[in-house]
Amino acid sequence: MGKYLVKSLLQMIPVLLLISLIVFVLVRVTGDPVALMLPESATEADRATLTRELGLDLPLYQQYGIFLTNAIQGDFGTSFRYGESALPLVLERLPASFELAFAAMALAVVIAIPLGIWSAVKRNTFIDIFISGISVLGKAMPNFWMGIMLILLFSVMLGWFPVSGRGGLTHLILPAITLGVSLAAQMTRLIRSNMLEILNQDYIRTARSKGIFELFVIGKHAFRNGLIPVVTIMSLQFTSLIGGTLITETVFAWPGLGQLLVSAVNTHDMAIVQAAVFVIAIFVILMNILTDLVYRLLDPRIKYS
Amino acid sequence: MAIPTESGAGALPVPPKKRSEARGLKKGLRQLLRSKTGMIGAVIVLIVCLIAIFAPLLATHDPNAVAPIDRLKPPAWLEGGSSDYLLGTDNLGRDIWSRIVYGSQVSLIVGIGAVLVSGAIGAVLGVTAAYYGRWVDAIIMRLADSLLAIPTILLMLVVLAVVGPGMWTLIFVIGATNWVSYARVVRGEVLSLKERDFVKSARMIGARSGRIIFRHILPNVMSSFIVLSGMNVATTIIMEASLSFLGLGITTPDVSWGGMLSDGRQYVATSWWVATFPGMAITITVLGVIFLGDWLRDVLDPRMKLKNG
Repeated sequence: MGKYLVKSLLQMIPVLLLISLIVFVLVRVTGDPVALMLPESATEADRATLTRELGLDLPLYQQYGIFLTNAIQGDFGTSFRYGESALPLVLERLPASFELAFAAMALAVVIAIPLGIWSAVKRNTFIDIFISGISVLGKAMPNFWMGIMLILLFSVMLGWFPVSGRGGLTHLILPAITLGVSLAAQMTRLIRSNMLEILNQDYIRTARSKGIFELFVIGKHAFRNGLIPVVTIMSLQFTSLIGGTLITETVFAWPGLGQLLVSAVNTHDMAIVQAAVFVIAIFVILMNILTDLVYRLLDPRIKYS
Repeated sequence: MAIPTESGAGALPVPPKKRSEARGLKKGLRQLLRSKTGMIGAVIVLIVCLIAIFAPLLATHDPNAVAPIDRLKPPAWLEGGSSDYLLGTDNLGRDIWSRIVYGSQVSLIVGIGAVLVSGAIGAVLGVTAAYYGRWVDAIIMRLADSLLAIPTILLMLVVLAVVGPGMWTLIFVIGATNWVSYARVVRGEVLSLKERDFVKSARMIGARSGRIIFRHILPNVMSSFIVLSGMNVATTIIMEASLSFLGLGITTPDVSWGGMLSDGRQYVATSWWVATFPGMAITITVLGVIFLGDWLRDVLDPRMKLKNG
């Protein structure tokens, strides 16, 4: 286990280097930080001074070296919009994003597991077709539209929940549903097809032929083995969760990392963009390692193979 | 083009394609008629295509014509609505129906264009990786793994932040960030095809790599490629709408459904129609593409159908 962990953590390095290179090339080569930072009235001398101060007159490989050294120390520069160091600004937004993502994922699991199993057990009946229909609809509906429609129905017309912002549970419900439903749609379909495969296996037939109560067959025998794919599905959905969080946060003015990143992109606040991209990338990689570990815990066979 | 005949001595053992293709098409169409969702999907996609093609005839107004007097007019059938504006007007008095009609062009162009770009990149890289193997394969697949570690929307945000929004930029950005699935599928298929007898014999009689790839390998990868593209068009349409919604995709004079939704969001409390209709347009179009894509998968890749019940 320890060896595996060290190996995975070491494998993060080339991926992070590549990401740093992409971000560096995009920001330094295509954009002009000097033009972005100075007002239009700035003189040529001002530009030259700032260029020298930022080290932009150095050869590119040296600039990349400096960029990398700073990035390792957590220094992504100062946000010109907030006038503060970028990394702390990004980190302080994380709890809000975690709260939303966690609530959405929990909701998705609660919806998708029973629906997926039910759909598989009642294969090709009306219930199966109905559940499949709903999950296709959930996939086709852009989640920002669903968010707006939920606001229209529950906030504007019924007045049950606040329109936007972060606060207590009432603030969390609509954004969590918006994000959770689109995740659940995908998850239901995948759980259904996994369960179908398991239900066709010999040991299920044996359990049934022994006269075991059907609910027990499905709950204990089938679902326990069905749990492994669910972990994979959750890890696969992790990237759609991040994408969805970006958009949902914008719809509901949820003060998370996504909202900060989108507004930074719109205002060309590159220090924030860089810091946010790095934080998210590290997070995605760590999550992948974590899923792998959970995988091994759930299925001890993987260890020995 | 020398198609080997049955009597041709020493002909390449290319699998007989032409006849089976025609038979496959007929069989596929019969299956389409039998599959309800496939039919619904085909009809929806056809209608959206027709709307996009005949947009100038179907639109009742210039999609960008601003009319401050008529701002936020409700749809024609509601009180205060006018028969001039079928689905009402937005915050600048622009006709929502005409904007939805023109928006279909953008959705389809970006949806199909980006999938073509990513398909082309993925196919070239996938074939190269599998055919040449060793370090070429290692580099390409490592690059693909690294791209998978970054959520695509994040990558697109960064690129669009630097390059700026616009329709063609969007096509290339979505295309350039979404090729990984193509590369993996194509690589997998080529790796197994490479060992098949007809490819081996082609190499043995001295066919050049280019000829082997284009004549013998690519045609056989086509069906997995089409199946993947069907699914990708749906996600790309949503992706374009999302980026436009965030203000990073399509800019005026082009009209995007996602951008319309973003305009309508602020007026949802008073004028529900501004955000509702473009969202319906996206959902219906994507639903059509998904249904059609599922049918394509069932016809071209029956193994997947078995797996998904």
